[in-house]
Amino acid sequence: MSDWIEIGLLEDIPPQGSRIVETAFGNIAVFRTVEDRVFAVRDHCPHKGGPLSQGIVHGNRVTCPLHNWTISLESGEAVAPDSGCTRTYSVKVEAGRVYLGRPSEAAGG
Amino acid sequence: MKKQKLIVIGNGMAGIRTVEELLKIAPDAYDITVFGAEPHCNYNRILLSPVLAGEKKLDDIILNDDAWYETNGITLHKGRTVTEINRRRRLVRTEDGMEASYDRLLLATGSMPFMLPVPGKDLLGVVGFRDIRDVELMLQASEKYRHAVVIGGGLLGLEAANGLKKRGMTVTVVHLLDTLMERQLDKPAANLLKRALQESGLDFRMEAQTEAILGQNRVTGVRFKDGSEIPADLVVMAVGIRPNVDLAKSAGIHCERGILVNDTLQTFDPRIYAVGECVQHRRQLFGLVAPLFEQAKVCANHLAEYGIARYEGSVTSTKLKVTGIDLFSAGEFQGGNGYEELLFQDPARGVYKKLVVESNRIKGAVLYGDTGDGAWYFQMMRDGTDISAFRENILFGQAHLGDSGHGAENHAALMPDTAEVCGCNGVCKKTIVDSIVQKKLFTLEDVRAHTKASASCGSCTGLVEQILQSTLGSDYSVSPAKKPLCKCTDRTHEEVREAIRAENLKTIPVVMQFLDWKTADGCHSCRPALNYYLLCQWPDEYRDDPQSRFINERAHANIQKDGTYSVVPRIWGGVTNPQELRAIADVAEKFAVPTVKITGGQRIDLLGVPREQLPAVWAELGKHGLVSGHAYGKSLRTVKTCVGKEWCRFGTQDSTKMGIDLEKMTWGSWTPAKVKMAVSGCPRNCAEATIKDFGVVAVDSGWELHVGGNGGVKVRATDFLCKIDTDDEVKEYCGAYMQLYREEARYLERTAHWIERVGLAYVKQRIVDDPEGRKALHQRFLDSQKNAQVDPWAELAKESERGQFMPLRKVG
Repeated sequence: MSDWIEIGLLEDIPPQGSRIVETAFGNIAVFRTVEDRVFAVRDHCPHKGGPLSQGIVHGNRVTCPLHNWTISLESGEAVAPDSGCTRTYSVKVEAGRVYLGRPSEAAGG
Repeated sequence: MKKQKLIVIGNGMAGIRTVEELLKIAPDAYDITVFGAEPHCNYNRILLSPVLAGEKKLDDIILNDDAWYETNGITLHKGRTVTEINRRRRLVRTEDGMEASYDRLLLATGSMPFMLPVPGKDLLGVVGFRDIRDVELMLQASEKYRHAVVIGGGLLGLEAANGLKKRGMTVTVVHLLDTLMERQLDKPAANLLKRALQESGLDFRMEAQTEAILGQNRVTGVRFKDGSEIPADLVVMAVGIRPNVDLAKSAGIHCERGILVNDTLQTFDPRIYAVGECVQHRRQLFGLVAPLFEQAKVCANHLAEYGIARYEGSVTSTKLKVTGIDLFSAGEFQGGNGYEELLFQDPARGVYKKLVVESNRIKGAVLYGDTGDGAWYFQMMRDGTDISAFRENILFGQAHLGDSGHGAENHAALMPDTAEVCGCNGVCKKTIVDSIVQKKLFTLEDVRAHTKASASCGSCTGLVEQILQSTLGSDYSVSPAKKPLCKCTDRTHEEVREAIRAENLKTIPVVMQFLDWKTADGCHSCRPALNYYLLCQWPDEYRDDPQSRFINERAHANIQKDGTYSVVPRIWGGVTNPQELRAIADVAEKFAVPTVKITGGQRIDLLGVPREQLPAVWAELGKHGLVSGHAYGKSLRTVKTCVGKEWCRFGTQDSTKMGIDLEKMTWGSWTPAKVKMAVSGCPRNCAEATIKDFGVVAVDSGWELHVGGNGGVKVRATDFLCKIDTDDEVKEYCGAYMQLYREEARYLERTAHWIERVGLAYVKQRIVDDPEGRKALHQRFLDSQKNAQVDPWAELAKESERGQFMPLRKVG
């Protein structure tokens, strides 16, 4: 079984935006930054569980739509002075296609 | 690239604050070396008074410990005095012969206590009140000796006197004038202060000129010009401070009383900057901390080579840090000279309030005994708020303006530690005070970030400011008068809008590039603001950027705590019919909507719709003519109506039809913040028009227009705008008012706050007194509506648009 799952085209994700991938362990938010970098994190803010995929994306960060916590897409960590962390997933883009590292519950989902 | 070398001379609050600001914006620009004459890390000099009084310990007032310098890669030379600057070779040399070279140099040498040039000034036991060493000398003296004399009845002198008395000494304050703290207080307030201090046990010698300090080796007494003498074992000189300019002068840098700097904090030598108490800027010297912090910010901006900030002077307020004494002073507190004075006196309660006013704008304030509204007056003073609308009540304070609402508690100092200050985030007073002390917070923004207090609805902002003020005293640094749009820029809302207009800037990236944004693509605060400003300025050309909108406006529905959405169809003027109701009922059943609720705005809310279902729900509603109610947007929300003369026996006009007409005209319009309207059919006002952004009340002879009401966090009744005769005029005034608000209010500023800021008189002048201008505004509003009145639900329910609401993929 391959460790990478193709989830769609890069152009399906708007720049400075996000789309979600539904998994058995909950939603994963896949982000595309203004510089076309792609990140995947659990769609769950460490504060009150808000859907990060719906936030405003700026730089390599997203601001949660519920209470404005800002989360680093690289590390999944909340930006100080807030503290908390959401799980990140590996993701890559090849020839315009986006691949997600196979998520598993064991990895902490 | 090799880093440039920055040397900072002076390890005090101004110098290190500049370094901190610099590290925030350009952490890798410089190798930084700091020289400090004192053998300590940077500490909070203003809190020396509480240390002297035994209310704080030395450790409590350290701002940056050794670890901080190390973590940030800063070389610190404690206890090393720089004695020479060689500007040609760009070197500094210390007393002990060490040399270091610089590319840029920052002078933050502070000030020295001014010692009266009288005989005996060098005796043992004569000290200034400036640094940790002075405090240590005073504390030693207080253990062994009895009589202390403090020369100088200003802020610093009185704090010293209070501290020494608390340490068990008998203290006499000697003052040259007949008014204590004459730089902050007028005579009546100073007399109240003197009475209170006398009651607490201080002695005063007023209008007394010191002639000599007596003693052989150690001081034994003080003699005055009139020949009288008093005993003294300790003399504290607190008659003023003098900028430390000797080093700068010896290096040939132009100095007058202080080191001369321009608006970029640059000295006569372009490689050398100066901040703090050692500088002279626009003929001003500085002794309070708030201006130093503002200077630090500007100076750091230039050291980082951003080159856009300017320091244009500060407006400061003062508070005396003597426990049990409530005193506040700001601006031109003396009055006289063509100023008007508003006075409130209650000697029995020990309360005195004076506001100095010119052309209905606050120029200064002195408050004694009841300083709860100090922050409010100060805010209005800095903003230049027109107070004519509430001038007759202003001295009774913000809580007595006739409007009320959440946040009845308005005296932070009297609140117990356990009292909840921020009702949204459940933050109690003690949590805020502890954070301020332990995390060294100075500003409202800091407190918000660390505790969340006042970070949500903002109604407790005044209370939090008071807590800051009472915890920090004059250390409290108010937010700068010129408030940047967000952390990504130093530009204000107005500057950004003006640039968009004048420079023809038409997209968000172009605005950011033209105005030197500090971040690549902004943040969640500035992007929605820019999107709105561009949309408002270029209604025909600008292409809305959904990624710069908050989720509610992107999804055209309100996000709920569980990530589902609420759907509110528009119900024009609150009037519906069986067919619409049936359609809503059918949708609720078909999609198993968990909650159906009547809203406060006479509509029906379908709560708990998952994101993927939104397009289908909209399509179904659309089949029956129901469109988006914009219940989610910074836009026109509802026009609430009563039934009016069609049914009501008291009705004087057709308020329902007027409401529907206004809603048809204004729906779809994007605004700085949400806009609610109401139309009542008679003065009984059943539609509650007087707490709406735009309220219309029918009278027998026509219509009354009311503006700037708010029913939320803080209830604000509308201001009466004018009375008009015809239905068409109501629409014209409404459109003009909407457009004026759209063009001139700051993003997220409700009409209530906008009108409080610009004044009702201004809105009247533009809408009522200027018929040409009104017509032009109304026309611009109608023009912008041509592109705005497209039902977003119908657009997004199209097959081609539905994909974005679906998951990209389902896995496993």
